[in-house]
Amino acid sequence: MSTLDRRRFLGGTVAASAAVGHTLPAWAQALDLPKALPEGVRASAVLESLPGKKPLIKLSYRPPNYETPLEYFRTAITPTDAFFVRYHLAGIPEVDAKTRKVTVGGEGANGTAAFTLDDLKRMPAVEVTAVNQCSGNRRGLFQPHVPGVEWGYGAMGCARWKGVRLKDLLDKVGLRKEAVEIVLDGADSGVSDKTPDFVKSIPTWKAIEDTTLVAYEMNGEPLPHLNGFPARIVVPGWTGTYWMKHITSINAVTKPDANFWMSAAYRIPLGKFPLVARFTSQDSAVNTPITEMVVNSLITSPANDAMAKLGAPLTVSGIAWDAGYGINAVEVSTDGGETWAAAKLGEDLGRYAFRTFSFEFAPKTKGAQSIMARATNKIGQGQTSELIANPAGYHHNVIHRITLDVA
Amino acid sequence: MRTLVIAFAALAFALPAAAQEKPVELKKAPGLDKVESNCSGCHSLDYILMNSPFPTAAVWDAEVTKMIKAFGAPISEDDAKTIAEYLKKNYGS
Repeated sequence: MSTLDRRRFLGGTVAASAAVGHTLPAWAQALDLPKALPEGVRASAVLESLPGKKPLIKLSYRPPNYETPLEYFRTAITPTDAFFVRYHLAGIPEVDAKTRKVTVGGEGANGTAAFTLDDLKRMPAVEVTAVNQCSGNRRGLFQPHVPGVEWGYGAMGCARWKGVRLKDLLDKVGLRKEAVEIVLDGADSGVSDKTPDFVKSIPTWKAIEDTTLVAYEMNGEPLPHLNGFPARIVVPGWTGTYWMKHITSINAVTKPDANFWMSAAYRIPLGKFPLVARFTSQDSAVNTPITEMVVNSLITSPANDAMAKLGAPLTVSGIAWDAGYGINAVEVSTDGGETWAAAKLGEDLGRYAFRTFSFEFAPKTKGAQSIMARATNKIGQGQTSELIANPAGYHHNVIHRITLDVA
Repeated sequence: MRTLVIAFAALAFALPAAAQEKPVELKKAPGLDKVESNCSGCHSLDYILMNSPFPTAAVWDAEVTKMIKAFGAPISEDDAKTIAEYLKKNYGS
């Protein structure tokens, strides 16, 4: 095997550069972006480091939207310094954790209270391992393309989140029985004061679940600034839009919140997705807020377009996740989806975590070799073979497919 | 909680992400000056690059309208037209 072939065989982001490096500009040599992404992303995305972060795939500088390169998904826990960064608005203050307080109250509560980071740390701590995935992860793979941040596979990550139960904070002020939603606001804001502040609400029933947290640690360390320091909301099973960073206020309300980010953004057509968790106080006649994640999986090794040797055993590995019902099985197909065989599931880090899988396989014919993976969860939900179109480009869980070059 | 946000912002306002920002070069064509002066105050111009070249004329019109109506961008009617034309011609399908 030549040096070139060995590098391709090993896979990873160097693969494409090894093959065609001399014809591409410097930035492209480190990136092997999916060909399905808009041309503009493939031409402008670069690997760049934010403070405290490894080089991530920069989609936009300001507000910062940086995705995690695929090779960091080879473990069930995503390294904190490789965890994706996503902001809607460019005003992102560094907050002083000593003086900053999160206020809890609202007209749906009986009282008000305020907590510093130290106050939170004095309360009973809970740790949950959970996937945080942007609603628009894989938006860039939509055909036809839809406008937005054109993410590939990496607007997600799985971490161990430690903090206090949101329920414990709400108990301190007492919820009125009429409280329908809990409104969450963080320290980030728009540059213009005419830009709607990024505010989200969650239904009260979700807010008081045992696993919904105000988290101040991620993988055993304080939250990095760009992942929500000093504390953020963690809503296991639900998409990242509700995981408010730099949390400043938590308000119970008796009427549905009507701000732009609830009434106009983050909505999916009614009836198109097989979802259990519903946010009915926000339903309109045609759409409903995105809530829980759909079942999904990703092949993380070998890399797409990697070389493989005829007859030589190789391991196909990856991760699967869902909204917390738990992964039941992952199946792999090496014949373009004609037949499927069960992959071996890795360690179970909890129902909200990435579940690793592996599958042993030896290519039997030369040329292009397709490999696909699909997951099912414990309530019988699976992945889709055809994209479920929706205007904002959410919930992409089309079965992932890679191609190997067998020689 | 905008008051609170402003109070915190005043304590220590910094944009560590923006410190990493490098200039984004768009195609030199009529209207670029309006794009740069109106759009880049709120977001970096790589938003345009990554959303290209697939948008139809209607999609670019809708994006410009969204920036003004939904996000409160203070863009004059004339500039909005110039910006939409620039985007359609240089970054549209």
